[in-house]
Amino acid sequence: MTTTAVVGVGYTPFSRESGRSVLSLAAEAVAAAVGDAGLRLGDVDGMGSFMVTDDSVPCVAVSSALGFGPLRTVLDLQLGGQAPCHLLWQAAQAVARGDAEVVVVYRALNGRSGARVGSMQFPGMGGQYRYPIGYGAYLMYVGMWARRFLTETGQGPEDLGAVAVGQRRYAEANERAVRRQPLDLQAYLAEPLVVEPFRRSDCTVEVDGACAVVVTSLERARDLPHPPAVLASGCYRAGPRPGLDIGDHLMWEDYTRNYTTWLRQELFDRAGVGPLDVEVAEIYDCFTSTVLMGLEGLGLCGRGESGAFVRSGGCALDGRLPTNTGGGLLAEGYLHGMNTVAEAVLQVQGRGGVRQAPRHDVAVVTSGALMDGSALILTSDR
Amino acid sequence: MMGQGPAPQPDLESAFWWDGLREHRLLLQRCAACGRPRFPPMPSCPGCASAATETVESEGHGVVYSFVTAHVSISPGYEGPLPYTVATVELAEGPRLLGRVDPPAPVTIGDAVEARFVAHDTWTELYFTPTRP
Repeated sequence: MTTTAVVGVGYTPFSRESGRSVLSLAAEAVAAAVGDAGLRLGDVDGMGSFMVTDDSVPCVAVSSALGFGPLRTVLDLQLGGQAPCHLLWQAAQAVARGDAEVVVVYRALNGRSGARVGSMQFPGMGGQYRYPIGYGAYLMYVGMWARRFLTETGQGPEDLGAVAVGQRRYAEANERAVRRQPLDLQAYLAEPLVVEPFRRSDCTVEVDGACAVVVTSLERARDLPHPPAVLASGCYRAGPRPGLDIGDHLMWEDYTRNYTTWLRQELFDRAGVGPLDVEVAEIYDCFTSTVLMGLEGLGLCGRGESGAFVRSGGCALDGRLPTNTGGGLLAEGYLHGMNTVAEAVLQVQGRGGVRQAPRHDVAVVTSGALMDGSALILTSDR
Repeated sequence: MMGQGPAPQPDLESAFWWDGLREHRLLLQRCAACGRPRFPPMPSCPGCASAATETVESEGHGVVYSFVTAHVSISPGYEGPLPYTVATVELAEGPRLLGRVDPPAPVTIGDAVEARFVAHDTWTELYFTPTRP
């Protein structure tokens, strides 16, 4: 099978009010990613993207706006944060099969000034049991899982807080991040509860913006300007009985284990590495609890040990496993995990700047929070 | 005085559930092939995929599997006093369902609760209240 790699990333600025159309944002980020990869717009022959209840523009719109030639493959998904790693792996498969040579994956939205996912009513059969009783925000669902997870694993507010504090430190060094003011544990604990067990700093910050990455064959990647971030493994997983819609968790057996537990084995086996080989982690973090659950689900920490690991500095730049090195969705901004993937690419390529992890040959990145999601392992060209 | 969000929109699978609540009855689907009770209402059994379905009445006793307490109004369309607590309750019959719990605090994981019914203008809400020892 042809091996594939990520070769470029592109971003618009992240803001509270872009004053621009989503198509304009998408086109800018896609063009930036293609340029960053050292490719021309005419080289793109495949695209992938995702949206939640029509908050974005389809691939054909961006292809039209940028005057691409024929698209040989396209994938527009109606998914949220579960999608980015999944789309990257689909792009890799398309390139490996020869269906396309250069595939761009993007996410674009006016997530702050337009429709806000945090307070959006999702379509589906499960909503009638949630919205009438005031249980209708995604942070409530993640909070429901977090409460059970913290209780069963003997963890608490200081463990959530350590995630928020540690990631804010990374964000201070990231010019793209929208939350850059310093945060310490005392200030975190003094914040009022939003939806218990979450405080404000436990929650992602919605933004307007776009982010894109470019996938091509490793062979072609070796002739391009930046070191390839090799797509060593990818995996999507919905555990059994994932629900009637993205907010319906009632049939899920165990709220202390999310999709990461279900995909871990296949993800690592396919890459031929194990959790101990991982040198950089970018764990989907719409809320702090999903970082802890992801660290444990992927086997990067033992059961109930993630909070202590974060508190002891394990996720810091000089720790055993630098994690969410751009500040994550909590502080950089909520591009629904597309920027989580882009940050992993920058790290593996050695382009992390002042927040570059010292060892960066093997990175894991995840997409999603609860019943379903996806993940990738990226490696250097070893 | 309690608030509410937008009134439920029953569908072909769930009409019996909402009708049941209006009569202060907690009705569940149960698979006629394997005997597994289920929630939310669905056309087939999430255990064995059989479409053979019967309806049974729950006694309304359960324990809190998890809960959240909202201190701000963030749920779309919700208007009402704060804070309030929503629990995932595991019924004695097996299925889990959602309901608000009163009093809003303190409730904790493992607490025994029982169903009660609160009438709104156009629908009846399933509510849970801690079982006094």
